Amino acid sequence: MTDLSMPQTQTRTQSATGKIALRWLLYVLLGLFALYYLMPLFVMLTTSLKSLEEIRTGSLISLPREVSLDAWKTAWSGACTGIQCEGLRPYFWNSVLIAVPAVAISTLLGALNGYVVAQWRFKGANIIFSLMLFGCFIPFQVVLLPMARLLGLMGIAGTIPGLIFVHVIYGLGFTTLFFRNYYVTIPSELTKAARVDGAGFLRIFWSIFLPLSLPIIVVTVIWQFTQIWNDFLFGVSFSQAGTQPVTVALNNIVNSTTGVKEYNVDMAAAIIAGLPTLLVYVVAGKYFIRGLTAGSVKG
Amino acid sequence: MSEWLENHLPKVVLAPSFIAVLIFVYGFIGWTAWVSLTRSKLLPKYEIKGFIQYERLFDSPRWDTAINNLYIFGALFIVIAMVLGLLLAILLDQKIRVEGAIRTIYLYPMALSMIVTGTAWKWILNPGLGIESMVQGWGFTNFEFDWLVNPDYAIYTIVMAAIWQSSGFVMALFLAGLRSVDGEIIKAAQVDGIPTWRIYTAIIIPSMAPIFLSAFIVLAHLAIKSFDLVIALTGGGPGYATDLPATYMYAMAFSRGDIGQAASSAMIMMLVVFAIVVPYLYSELRAKND
Repeated sequence: MTDLSMPQTQTRTQSATGKIALRWLLYVLLGLFALYYLMPLFVMLTTSLKSLEEIRTGSLISLPREVSLDAWKTAWSGACTGIQCEGLRPYFWNSVLIAVPAVAISTLLGALNGYVVAQWRFKGANIIFSLMLFGCFIPFQVVLLPMARLLGLMGIAGTIPGLIFVHVIYGLGFTTLFFRNYYVTIPSELTKAARVDGAGFLRIFWSIFLPLSLPIIVVTVIWQFTQIWNDFLFGVSFSQAGTQPVTVALNNIVNSTTGVKEYNVDMAAAIIAGLPTLLVYVVAGKYFIRGLTAGSVKG
Repeated sequence: MSEWLENHLPKVVLAPSFIAVLIFVYGFIGWTAWVSLTRSKLLPKYEIKGFIQYERLFDSPRWDTAINNLYIFGALFIVIAMVLGLLLAILLDQKIRVEGAIRTIYLYPMALSMIVTGTAWKWILNPGLGIESMVQGWGFTNFEFDWLVNPDYAIYTIVMAAIWQSSGFVMALFLAGLRSVDGEIIKAAQVDGIPTWRIYTAIIIPSMAPIFLSAFIVLAHLAIKSFDLVIALTGGGPGYATDLPATYMYAMAFSRGDIGQAASSAMIMMLVVFAIVVPYLYSELRAKND
């Protein structure tokens, strides 16, 4: 809402040149910062397209002399994560298999919970909501040990259903928060009127609230998907060989100590692992940002 | 029966989630707190022995390093990310033509996994082939930049990568704050001939105090929970030079088989988070109810 225009007391010519110089400086600065943020992505991309020979002899920021997709092929289907050498592909699908159901279930539960907390206030509902909200902020280290034991007792330790379960449980606080904050803005007269007309709890949710919810569903799905796809702590703690999500596999590829270090494969693997969330961000950045700010500012 | 169900349906719907949170958040915190008071090693024991694990923790040089690193990392990360975020927000608030595109560029790292970020920076900071060799290639043959493998400086590489990842997000928070400042006051100040920098320092920035608080809480929270980035970038090394409480806890829990130490370090982490978040949440919730 403000700009760097000079105060009106100065003469016109002075302020005009000053203003132009300032604008130039401004755009140069913004451009430099853009380069700073883009540089790692650029380096990753160019490195992934170079041969190992070129990486050893060339410079970090030089363009590849010869573009080669070999590193991408290896990263996708041949790179070694410890003893197995199947590339990132199986783990990428593990992440899909974990993220899709976990996002769907936690979003649906969050919508129902938020609807109850916002529109069907009963005694104690606020305390329940506060207690659930608080769960968003705990450092997950404090639940790792008992969760590992519980998953073992339930017989789903090291499985994909086990990881889905964990992500649903610890995603509930945020999904409930998102929907609650959204439904609070819908007048409760709407619910009351519908009740007078004889509509029940589920009917009102299904016919009135759900059709209004598209924006918040998008925000929640994007938030949950990003969280779960990018998760490493739960993935590394509660998976075993074969059920690891893509972030864990990426880390294993990069830090595997056997053989020659293939930096181009590492970079290709990193881009593959980051691509889904990056795509979501590019396609639906507005909703991504809304989730970020809602999740962190609105306590 | 069906009438009872209809009347109680809201509670019935909320109950499973609430019970899950009670067990898996509060029950589990209780379990960890309990075990932190025992002599558990590879397997949990439930006989309470007092604060012996905490004494071991505070005597441990590795934990000492982890806490010191948290101070260094936390302070630098929070301060630099906030200063940079504010600067970028102010620069972007000058009616920039391509603001949307620039914002997208500044913020995209936030969509990436910390493991991806760590992998990228590990390569950029690679002493043999990264920035060091690039600058040497420009003719500065004496240039040295081996922070990644230097025990005294490795922690700063984590700060660098974390700032790259999160500063765009702080920018977005501040930009929203700048846009919410009352335009009339600013116009009045401009008419009075007050220089722009004074308008920022005397009017706009002070009115954004709540946003500074929010940004601080989010960043502090991120700092305490930092785990993935350390694992991907340095693996906690060289040695344990870049350990943070989160990596200490993980090492104790899953590679050292020292559940008592893992539990007590997790409890300390939680207390630190509580000390920061609870007053904030409390004031937020109270402000809303008023």
